[in-house]
Amino acid sequence: MRNVMLIARRELAAYLRTMSGYVIIAAALFVLGVLFNAWAMAGTAKKSSEILADFFTLGSGLTLICSVLLSMRLLAEERQTGTIQLLYSSPVKDYEVVLGKYLSALAFLTLFLVTTFYMPVLVMAYGKVSLGHLAAGYLGLFLVGSTSLSIGLFASSLTRSQVVAAIVGLLMVVALTACWFLARITDRPLTDLVTGLAWYAHFVPFGQGLVHVKHIAYFGLVSFVALFAATRVLEARRWS
Amino acid sequence: MIRVEGLTKYYGENAAISDLTFNIERGEVIGFLGLNGAGKSTTLKVLGCVLAPTSGRVTVEGFDVVENPHEIRKRIGYLPDVPPLYDEMTVGGYLAFVAQLRGVAKADVPARVAEAEKKTALTPMHDAPIASLSHGYRQRVGVAQAMVHKPRLLILDEPTSGLDPVQIVEMRELIKELKGEHTVLVSSHILSEISQICDRLLIIQGGRIVAQGSEAQLAQRFGGTAGTIELELKGPAQKLIDAVKAVAKVDEVQVVKLDGEQLELKVFASVDVRAEVVRALVTAGADVLKVGRGASQLERIFLQLTHGQEVV
Repeated sequence: MRNVMLIARRELAAYLRTMSGYVIIAAALFVLGVLFNAWAMAGTAKKSSEILADFFTLGSGLTLICSVLLSMRLLAEERQTGTIQLLYSSPVKDYEVVLGKYLSALAFLTLFLVTTFYMPVLVMAYGKVSLGHLAAGYLGLFLVGSTSLSIGLFASSLTRSQVVAAIVGLLMVVALTACWFLARITDRPLTDLVTGLAWYAHFVPFGQGLVHVKHIAYFGLVSFVALFAATRVLEARRWS
Repeated sequence: MIRVEGLTKYYGENAAISDLTFNIERGEVIGFLGLNGAGKSTTLKVLGCVLAPTSGRVTVEGFDVVENPHEIRKRIGYLPDVPPLYDEMTVGGYLAFVAQLRGVAKADVPARVAEAEKKTALTPMHDAPIASLSHGYRQRVGVAQAMVHKPRLLILDEPTSGLDPVQIVEMRELIKELKGEHTVLVSSHILSEISQICDRLLIIQGGRIVAQGSEAQLAQRFGGTAGTIELELKGPAQKLIDAVKAVAKVDEVQVVKLDGEQLELKVFASVDVRAEVVRALVTAGADVLKVGRGASQLERIFLQLTHGQEVV
């Protein structure tokens, strides 16, 4: 665990000292702010809970993309600059590298989620919002983000180019998003399968203020598989 | 300390190194010589547990690189051909990170970092961001990170690459200082850069070791002599030649050029006898215009081994 925290601290410091992380967060906040005003707050009178649900829907998509972009550099940059050789030649296990990187990205993602908090506060100021709804929604956003980070981290382990890592990561999350649309045009039992795979289907209850263990389990499982795959890729690189 | 038997590494279908076998004893400074692409870096990566071998057996202090890489990693310091530096960190912060990563207790980290910085003359750069460092300083930080945890084995891949002549001399001095404390494995594609500091040279070509031994052994084996001296003198020719011939351990004296009182000699000896020869010449009344160490013999051997050229 010492190594995991060591790597996580260094990586978080790198996020905080370089511009790319801030630029990604700023762009995501800008887009989310515009969409929040243009879509969630627009139209005829709405209940506060509906506005909040719309905010979480928008927020989930932005968090998904933002997380892939935040994670694209994690391993690809190490290979690009050769610093991966420092980690490979140190007494550190591959899973410790992956976990350390993942934790630092989670911390930075949390920073993004905290900065979005002013939008629900606006809704609270002018309406009535249940704290439970708010907590469930943010838990959902955090789970979407953490899953997307782990997928992005896996993509980042596959290549030394951050751009390629971002494209591969985005393709993977788009595929999981497409499952939700696919569920609408397929018949059972295929519908159940693609719905089960679609992250959005698992997120919707959180956006409405509901927390189900099975949905938490989905995000946990996908994250675990992606992080495990990233670890295996790191191991395999030693043999290539 | 290091045993390598039949080490082979394939990249796809290409063998980067084939059937390498050599041993390295504790405390030795070994020079790993070969042209670019000869397989030096691949071999060092396997020893540094960065790459796994395709076949063969490599042990460091009895631990196998495939079965116990973790134990080996605790005992080595590795500088790849490109120093693995995080540009956004400061020199001190980076070395502290590496020390902890390599298992140094937190309380000991500041002392180890200070020691590594002192040895590599980086103390004034402690707070400098790595991104702002020149190539020479980056290379020094690379060496400092490899030794910050006091490993028993130091693997330095082309530490002199891209350095200017002054920096090369400084790097050589640094490696000499490390000699007592560590076993050092240093690679280069330029013989003269490292031959003086190494106890033994391994010459690799096309993924195979083509020769190994000390500078003198290699010279002897391939028909040369390690102590070749080139002289430019002014004085009574025959008297000077006789004076040189009378010096102990001088095997042969060759007259390269004779122009009245001006002459050029080539002196072959089994060891470096420059001091004794100059002393004898001055006593015999010569003006010594130039004394050069005739490394050309060994350079030719190196060229022959790596290029397939004839030794002349």
